[in-house]
Amino acid sequence: MLLSPVPMHIPDGFLSVLVSVVFWALSVVGVGYALKRVNEDLGERQVPIMGVLAAAIFAGQMLNFSVTGGTSGHLLGAALATIVLGPWAAVLVMTSVVGIQAVVFQDGGLLALGANIFNMSIVGVAVSYFTYKSMQRLLQQLVKDQPWSIPVSGFVAGWVSIFIAALACALQLALSGSSPANVAIPAMSGIHALIGIGEGLITAGALAFILAAQRDLLQPAAAPVGSHRAVWVGGLVIAVLLAILSPLASAHPDGLEWVAEQRGFLDLAQEPLYEIIPDYVLPGIGNEALATILAGVIGVGLVLAATLAVAYVRRRVQSVEV
Amino acid sequence: MLHQLDARVKVNLTLSFILATTLTPPGAWPVLTLLAALALAVVILAELRARFVLVRTALALPFALAALPLLFTVAGTPLFELPWGWTASWEGLLRVANIVVKTWLSVLMAFTLTATTPFTAILVALRGWRLPRLLVTIVALTWRYLFVLVEEAQRLMRARAARSGQIVEGRGKSLAWRARVTGGMAGNLLLRGADRAERIYSAMSARGYDGEPRVVAQPPLTAGHRALLALGYLFLALLALTGILFWG
Repeated sequence: MLLSPVPMHIPDGFLSVLVSVVFWALSVVGVGYALKRVNEDLGERQVPIMGVLAAAIFAGQMLNFSVTGGTSGHLLGAALATIVLGPWAAVLVMTSVVGIQAVVFQDGGLLALGANIFNMSIVGVAVSYFTYKSMQRLLQQLVKDQPWSIPVSGFVAGWVSIFIAALACALQLALSGSSPANVAIPAMSGIHALIGIGEGLITAGALAFILAAQRDLLQPAAAPVGSHRAVWVGGLVIAVLLAILSPLASAHPDGLEWVAEQRGFLDLAQEPLYEIIPDYVLPGIGNEALATILAGVIGVGLVLAATLAVAYVRRRVQSVEV
Repeated sequence: MLHQLDARVKVNLTLSFILATTLTPPGAWPVLTLLAALALAVVILAELRARFVLVRTALALPFALAALPLLFTVAGTPLFELPWGWTASWEGLLRVANIVVKTWLSVLMAFTLTATTPFTAILVALRGWRLPRLLVTIVALTWRYLFVLVEEAQRLMRARAARSGQIVEGRGKSLAWRARVTGGMAGNLLLRGADRAERIYSAMSARGYDGEPRVVAQPPLTAGHRALLALGYLFLALLALTGILFWG
């Protein structure tokens, strides 16, 4: 019932133990630091607010609008949570949402939960924060205090957060050898470039509404910029790194292979992942670029099919319940 | 009978099962079969309806399509050919099947855990893992108010359906308009949530809340539970080790 058809929650069985453990460690550090900051900056008054707003973001993922052919656009909420609550609280809110989705609704695996928290809570929030603040500053310079600058920044933040989080997800799959890099990365980024538009539109709509109904919630004074500079830089670094790394890994999968070998990934991983994968040229197609594009198109089709299948099953389940 | 088992035992054994499944190398089908038998036994002990289990666990499977390209990119004995020179290999098929089976077994066990254990009990069990109190409190509050806010969201959607009519494709307002309305509803949900949070905070303060959650201390695990845990760990470790040694 609460399953979201955003194909970004990695189930168990897809990530190698090493990749799972590494991203668990990264998530524990990130969430731990966010907890520390929230403990310092916010009072006990904020605890119920974070809990209830996490529930609101979770429930907000149910709200959808029809796009076409039975598919629908809906919210992940990392950008919205970041803009309304500030980055540290948003990390905790998204961790709570993603955690409950994994433990109760099997939307994302338990061993893979570290990677999912990393993608949706840490990458999603940091990139949202960086994009939103940068857009705000840019628009401030260009048009001064236009009322639409907040929703517009929200749209961009929503789109970028989804896109970059999807890249992180695709790279994790490729590193685990569960999906070839030259298929996973174009497919994930292609489909999420579309899903991101829905996310951006809903985020912008929500901000426009909050601006009209309860302006004080979005006052810039509420979020001091200086103390969050680390998040801004973090978001910048993550976004740039993933945006550069992914096309590289996609165009030169042997680069990923090389990294894997250098780091001893191959020895530690459960199997020699890359030995049995040829050099990523799809069989029978001489032209490497053409093969990559073809693989991307097929990948997009597959993910689209997956999304449709989830939507279909969901509808079936709902009609059974009713 | 699984419903009454201590949540700490169930949580730890479920995670160990998933870890052992993930550690099993591809091609170690005998080990996967044993793990599947174990999972089946647990599902039977849990006394869940088969249809319910199958429908819920199938929901996680579409993600398996992400592994499908491996069918064509892994080199090996040709299996069949598609136009444009796409050759599926036997080895590729095994790799894909391996991922799908592992995913399904993991989902099956995770689902059995949640179907037999209240979420609050799982949360209490996770406290034993030294999860920070603040995080546990936030997650507990999220869970407590999730269904309240889901009903709120359903009310919003019912109101939309009642007022703007069922949107027929290709007619009515534009996509951007629909998206904006949905966004407005999400913002409304957030504001209602914030209002509710204020009330909840007042109520909690009135009852003496000072930022520290109070919980009932957990009784220590009984000898029987400890033995069950040790047996489970041993069995799963043996299975994973067998897989790694003989097929790794």
